[in-house]
Formats: sequence, C-alpha cells, structure tokens
Amino acid sequence: MDLLEGHLLSWILFTPTIAAVILLFIPGDRVQLIRRIALGASLIPLILSLAVWIQFDPAVNGFQLEEKISWYGELNAYYHVGIDGISLTLVLLTTILSPLAILASYNITDRVKPYMILFLLLETGMLGVFLMLDLMMFFVFWEVGLVPMYFLINQWGGKNRNYASLKFILYTIGGSLGLLLAIQLIGVLTGTFDIPELFVLWPNIGAELSLYGLPAETIKSIAFWAFVLAFAIKVPVWPFHTWLPDAHTEAPTAGSMILAGVLLKLGGYGFIRLVLPLFPVEAKYYAGALAALATLAIIFGALSAFGQSDFKRLVAYSSINHMGFVILGVATAAWAAGTQDAIIAVNGAVLQMFTHGLSSAGMFFLVGVLYDRAHTRDLNEFGGLAAILPVYGGVLIFISMASLGLPGLAGFVSEFMVVRGAWPIFTLATVLSMIGLFFTGAYVLKALMKVLHGPLNQKWNGKISEMNVREIFVIAPLMVLILTIGIWPAWIVDVINRAVMIWF
Amino acid sequence: MIFPILSVIIFTPIAAGIIILLVKAENQSLIKRIALTAVIINLVLSAFVYFRYDVAAAGYQYIEKIPWVTSLGISYHVGVDGISVPMVLLAGIVVFCGVLVSWNVDDRPREFFAFLMFLAASVYGVFCSLDLFLLFFFFELAVFPKYLMIVMWGSPKTRDYGGMKLTLYLFLGSVIALVGALAIYVGSGMNSFDMLELEKAGFSLEFQRIWFPFVFFGFAILSGIFPFHSWAPDGHVAAPTAISMLLAGVEMKVGAFSALRVGIMLLPEGAKVWAPLILVLATINVVYGAFIAMIQKDFKYVIGFSSVSHMGLVLIGFATLNNEGLLGAGMQMFSHGIMTALFFAIVGMVYDRTHTRDIARLGGLNRVMPWAAIGFIVGGLVSMGMPGFSGFVAEFPIFMGAWQTMPMAAVIAAIGIVVTSAYILLVVRKVFFGDLPEEFGGPPKENIQPEGSPSDADMMEKPKRNLPISDINVMDKVAVGLLVLTMIALGWFPSLMAPIVQSGVDRILVILGGI
Repeated sequence: MDLLEGHLLSWILFTPTIAAVILLFIPGDRVQLIRRIALGASLIPLILSLAVWIQFDPAVNGFQLEEKISWYGELNAYYHVGIDGISLTLVLLTTILSPLAILASYNITDRVKPYMILFLLLETGMLGVFLMLDLMMFFVFWEVGLVPMYFLINQWGGKNRNYASLKFILYTIGGSLGLLLAIQLIGVLTGTFDIPELFVLWPNIGAELSLYGLPAETIKSIAFWAFVLAFAIKVPVWPFHTWLPDAHTEAPTAGSMILAGVLLKLGGYGFIRLVLPLFPVEAKYYAGALAALATLAIIFGALSAFGQSDFKRLVAYSSINHMGFVILGVATAAWAAGTQDAIIAVNGAVLQMFTHGLSSAGMFFLVGVLYDRAHTRDLNEFGGLAAILPVYGGVLIFISMASLGLPGLAGFVSEFMVVRGAWPIFTLATVLSMIGLFFTGAYVLKALMKVLHGPLNQKWNGKISEMNVREIFVIAPLMVLILTIGIWPAWIVDVINRAVMIWF
Repeated sequence: MIFPILSVIIFTPIAAGIIILLVKAENQSLIKRIALTAVIINLVLSAFVYFRYDVAAAGYQYIEKIPWVTSLGISYHVGVDGISVPMVLLAGIVVFCGVLVSWNVDDRPREFFAFLMFLAASVYGVFCSLDLFLLFFFFELAVFPKYLMIVMWGSPKTRDYGGMKLTLYLFLGSVIALVGALAIYVGSGMNSFDMLELEKAGFSLEFQRIWFPFVFFGFAILSGIFPFHSWAPDGHVAAPTAISMLLAGVEMKVGAFSALRVGIMLLPEGAKVWAPLILVLATINVVYGAFIAMIQKDFKYVIGFSSVSHMGLVLIGFATLNNEGLLGAGMQMFSHGIMTALFFAIVGMVYDRTHTRDIARLGGLNRVMPWAAIGFIVGGLVSMGMPGFSGFVAEFPIFMGAWQTMPMAAVIAAIGIVVTSAYILLVVRKVFFGDLPEEFGGPPKENIQPEGSPSDADMMEKPKRNLPISDINVMDKVAVGLLVLTMIALGWFPSLMAPIVQSGVDRILVILGGI
C-alpha cells in the first residue's frame, strides 16, 4: 500500500504511459480490447486524482504529496512532483477530460492502436507539466505532450492537416525555445532548477548578478519575456494565436477537446505558476501591456468567431476569447500582487481555466457529433435541426450558454471573478472586455440560430440521427460539472483560494 | 595481470577479419556468422567495460601497458576513462547493428565483412589508446577499409568522388595532426609517446598556442568542423549503409575524441587561446548544417548534413572548456552516434526497397514499413532535441556551458534547433506519410480520394496485392529496436551515463585548471 500511497502523484502521472506500453503488445486488429484498455487506463488517474482531492488539505501552506528523486544529478535536476490548489484543479481537469475524450474517440476506426497510444502519452505529458516542481523536468513534459498532439492532428486530422500540424508544432517549438534558453540561463546563474527554491532565490538575485556586462534587470527582463512568449503562444494571447484556429479545426474531435480543454491551460498555468512568482518586478512593470493584449484577445477573438461560417472554427476562435480572461486575471495579479483584487482575479483565472476546459471540450465534442453525421461544418448548410434532434439541441444550448457565461452555469462564476478583480485595477480594459463579452453572446447565439433554429434544411430530414448513448455518456459529466460549479462554486474555489493566498 | 579485456575488444574484430578472409568466398552464411559472433562478443565485452567501470575511482581503468619500441618511447598502452568508456559502448552497439543491417549483402560478402571488422578494430583502438603513436596507428588503420568499402560497395554514381574526397580530406587532417603530434613529442623532450606522461610535460604557453591548432583542427576535420565539413555528406552518402552508420556514428566521434584527447588534454593552454574561434566555427556548423539539410532533395544527404549540424554541438561543448559543456559534449557524442546510425540504417532500408533516395518520389512508407517509420521518427525526435530522448539530456548541458562562455553562441545555435525540427518533420511527412506512390504498391492515382482518411482505410483492407515493398526483416528490427531503446532509456534516465562522463570531465577540468 505504501507503494501506492507514497507515490500517488507518480501513479497518476505514469499510469497512462504504462497502459500505452501494454497497448504496444496487443495486436492492432483487437480494436474493442484496445479501446477498453485505453479507457480503463485513463479512468485510473481520475480515480487517483479524486483520492488526492479528498486527501488534499487546503489549509497546508505550500506543496503537498511531494516526491523528490535525483534525475540528472550532474546538473542538479530532480524528479520533483507536488501539488497545491492551483495544480490540483488542473490535474483534475485533465483526468476528467482524458477518459471523456477517449470515449469520444470510439468512432475512430483507422489505426486505433497508435491513436490510443498517442492519446495516453499525451495525457502523461500534460499531467507532468502540472505536477512538476523542477524547471528542467517541467520543460521535459512541456515538450513531451507536443509530439503526440502533432501526430494526432497530422494523421487523424481533416483536409488541411499537414499545414495545421506543422504550424502548430513549429509555433510551439519556436516559442518554447526561448523558454529553454531562459531555463538554462536560470540554471547557470542559480545552480538549481528546483521551483520552490527558485521562488525564493531568483526574484531576489540582484546587484551581485552581472553577466556579460549587462545589469541584472536587463537579464531578468530578457528571461521574463522568454517565459512570457512561450506561455503566450500556448494560451494563446493575441497576436500569437494564429496557430490555434488551424490546429483546432483540423484536429480530430477528441484532439480538439484536449487541445482546447487542457493544452491551452498549460500556458495559463505557466503564467500563474512560474511567471508571476519568479518575475514579480518585471511582471508588474509590463502588466499594463499584458492587460491590453488580453483585452484585444477578448474582443478580436469574439469578433473573429462571429465572422466564421465554419462551426468548428467558430468554436476555436471562442477559445481565444475566453482565454483572454485568464490573461486579464494574470495581468491584474501582476499589477496588484498582495491585494484583495489580485487574489480574486487569480482565483477567477484558475477557475476560468477549469470551466473553459469543461465548456470548450463540450463544444468541440458537439461540433464533432454533428460533423460525424452531416460531414460538413458549414453553418449555412444547417438550420432548424432542433426540430429533428431535440436532445442534441438541448445539450448544445446548455453548453453554449455555459460558454456564453449565463449566470447559474460555470462560466459566469469565473468570468465574474476575473472582472471583479480587474475592475479597480484596469478599469478601461475591463470595460472593453465587457463589450467583448457582448460579442461573445452574439456569436454563440448566431451559432445556435444557424444550427438549431429557423426553417429546417430539408436535406437533413431523416438523414441525421439523434445522439447515441455513448455520446450522452461523454457529455453528461461535463454538464453535471458545469451546473454544479455554477450553482455551488465553493467546493472548488476553496481549494484554489488557499494556494492563491500563499503565492499572491 | 587480469583478463586483458580492452585488448580482446580491439583484436577480436581483427582476428575475425582474418578468419573471414581465409573462408571460401562461396560460404556466405559462415562468413556472416563469424562476423556476427565477433560483434556480439564485442558488444557484450564493451557493455561489461561500461557497466563495470568504477565511477568512484574514476581515472583510467582496465589499463594494459607493454613496451613496444622502447628506443622511441612507444608502448602498447591502452585504458579507458569516463570520456572513452561511452565511446567504446557506442562502437560496440553501432558495429553490432551495422552487421545486422548488412545481413543481406550479397556482393563479395567475404571482403565486405572482413573490411568492416578491420574498421571496427581501428575505432576501438583509437578510443582505448593511451599512447599517441598507438592512437595514430589505429587512426590510420581505418583509412584503407573505409576507402575501399566506399568505392567497392558504395552507391554507383558518386562512390568514386565521395570516396576520394573523404579519403583525401581525412589524410589531410591526419597529416596536420601528425605534424602537431610530432611537435608535442619532440617539444616535450621526454622521449615518450605516452599521453599520460605528456600531459605533465608543462609546455610553454607560446608552444601550446602554436601547436594546438595543428592537432585540434587536424583531428576536428574528421568530425566535420566548418569549413572542412564538405567531405562528410558526400562520403556518407556514397558509402554503403553499414559504413555510413559507422562513419557518421563512430568515425566522426573518433575525430572529435582525438581532438579532445590530444588537443585539449595535452595542450590545455593552447585550447584556452583558440576556444573562441572553435566556438564560432562550431556554431556555424550547427546553423549552417541545419539550413543546408533543409534544402536537400536526397534523403541521405539530409542525414549527412544533419550530422554536420549535430557534431557542431559536440565541438561547442568542447570549446566551452567548462563542466557543463564538456559533460554535454560527451553525452552528445554518444547520443548522436546512436541516432545517426539509426538514421543511416533506415535510409539504407528504404533505399534497398525503393531504389530511390529522391524525397519527392517517396511517400506513405509507414503503411508498408511501420518499423522503419517508427525508428526514423524516434531518431528525428532525438535529433530535434526533444525532451524524453537522449538528444535533450546531451544538448541541455552544452547550452548551459555556452551560456557561461559565449551567450551569443547559445542563442544562435538555438536557431539550429528550430530549423532541425522543420526539416525533420518535413522529411518524416514526405517520406513516411501521405499517399504511397503507385510504383511502391500504392493505389493507382485516379482512385486516390481527396480526403486522406478514407483512402487510408481502403489501403488497410487490401494490402496483400503483391506489394513490391515489404517491412524490414528480423535482423533489421533487432538493430532498430536496440538503437531506439538506447535513446529512450538515456533520455529518461540520464544517470545511466552522466556520472561516468562526469568522472572523465572532472579529470579534464583538473588539467585545464591545473597548469
């Protein structure tokens, strides 16, 4: 039992990898068996992370369930995992979405085995980022998730998959190059990669640091921007977002669910976990710029979404719109660290990552459900489907409303908290974001109207079938969670809040 | 005197080569079995040397010393330290895999395998030599098998040119290095070629400054330092598969290793003077090599130039002359050796089946050669420096080293990483994915549907239509599997190798700081 209890986080992290290795030895034509193993293996991390959630004590300062083993001793790098309220929330998000995405992939019939193997490796990659407390290991997992995603888009994606996948990986590798160099620089200057140690060491490194004739401030500013760029591309912050619509549109349904649901959160998590604590001075200095970019992302994301006629592209742009609120919360915290507003804003940002993860995964799944039946995503080809697909219509309206930020559903709580925190600090930016929120309403309603309402496009009459049981099973947990958080957010906010209070 | 394990490693291939030459040429399977037995013995012994190397004791181990030409101070003196132990293991793995992938050679196999054995003996000899004369002896021993194997079994179009170019360049390099080595021998006044004694000679700064470039650049030509790199792609492409693997995988490390051992370790002060120039040239290697690789149309040339780019990282690590840089260089020599051997092996497998290396004519091979595709993708990820593979744990410290000496080099070399990602992904996509051309058993052109996946599904259903291409055979799979696993294991568990390399680096740091 000690093997399990003492290494709970490691088990969460590596169960999918172990399952992927097991899948390697199963013949490729045993499709059902492969699917079941993949699904079962992705449920184990979910159960374990629920166990962690129960075991987790929000009152404790700092990280819990830590494990630390020497990994690359010559460079002083450790395999160091641990969680606090912020990372636990996102771990839970990942472990919830992964089995749902695998269940959503049951309609994949082409090369199921490599598909599932890649998916499980992707899960390990994402979880690693949230769990690691060592910069070098953090970077390892940061990159590890890219490779399976690249192949998922490139091999199981839509028509334009080659372009989209290459753009995706080059953008992200290019962005993380600066991160890599900055991590090396920090390692060289401080001699450690341990994140909790660096929280103390790096912000206070100062006068004695003079490298290559440059003053410490300059070096730290360069490192700051290297970090920001890597995370900004991942979030994505306007104007680094152009990879996103292509990648999301071309990825297979489950890939889009994970991309929007979890991968974008890696960027937001990077901001909150690393950028703000490591670079408080620089972050404050550039907070205004970040807030401006966030506002632009919110407005342009919404306007671009409104302009789309491809349903999936519309949803993709909506991610840019919603992730803008995460960055707005981060900018607020950067400017006003230590104040009540900052704490509310960061709470909102973390919760927004969680709720957007739920709603965007749901939206992409619903787009996929429709595409599987109609083989088109052109909004102008639909219309009036609510009449023949009442269940699908109801579900789509529910998830859309969550995405729109209807009070009573999850999106409202988190966006309200961000806006409430940001209001006293960046009043203008917040006002403009509220206008952005108006456009959000516009494009969500446009999508609903084009798909569900109006006169029925007769070519679908009788040709299109209702959601099946498997699909209901995918979407139901998301709906339950969205509703629960919307009505009673305290269970999750309490966990987040404690961690936020320590760091900000 | 315990079991002379290094001598056994060096002379087993020589003995095997001689026995092979005595066998009747028709008896092909016997020839191959002898070669395979020899390389298995060597793989096991080099793994033994590697895993039994005492990290705590560090220094040179498994030493053997027998006087040879006493009047000139030449002795047969072999031993390994933390830098050379991984190289011995590398040679063991690559030579083993080289024999496996050459299993189907049917053109004069007797000579082919005999020469391969002599080449193997030469690289083992260089890595183990502690005597300068002995090192040169083994270094030159490689020239004839190399030249003959390229011109006899190489690709018909370019083998004469490629073989000649490679041999002349390497001759040039070794002559320059020999001049430097003789200067060291004479200048020391110790009447000894023993490198352990020459290390203590205490050459004057002036002497070191003049003679360092001779030995360093002489040997570095063999590791493809810019602007003396152009032999490498031409030579590697012209060579038959096993020789490309050995040339790029091990011989380039022979050059780098000798440059380190003779150049930096014997003339440390000279190294400090010349390090900035080496750093600049090596950075050019990294970036220029990557850009040139990107525009190649020939599959094998891409890999050839990628070697130039990656060896640049090794040389950057050397030129930093600090702990992290040297550690990374040691790791990178091993990692790149395994990676490039895998690359060339797979290029060879693809060529054997398609008879073309033109990237534009290839495509969709993952359908018919899944093992080769997986192997190449893993090699590509290593080459991109992707975390989780050996390339990352090697390149990371090199960059850390560069940050401490010349930050611009780190920043510029980083461009090479992005370019590498681009060309690797493009090649992977064009060669292994997409539609399988009709001539290699793909569906006829008019049947290809615009959407990718339906046509893929069709392919799955009726693949048995007398395909001209088959997946790689068992021998090849063993080779690919061994190389892939080595790279993944090292990527996740750098402590399998880093402590050993570190023990060697510590010694170099003492030399660098101690004079």
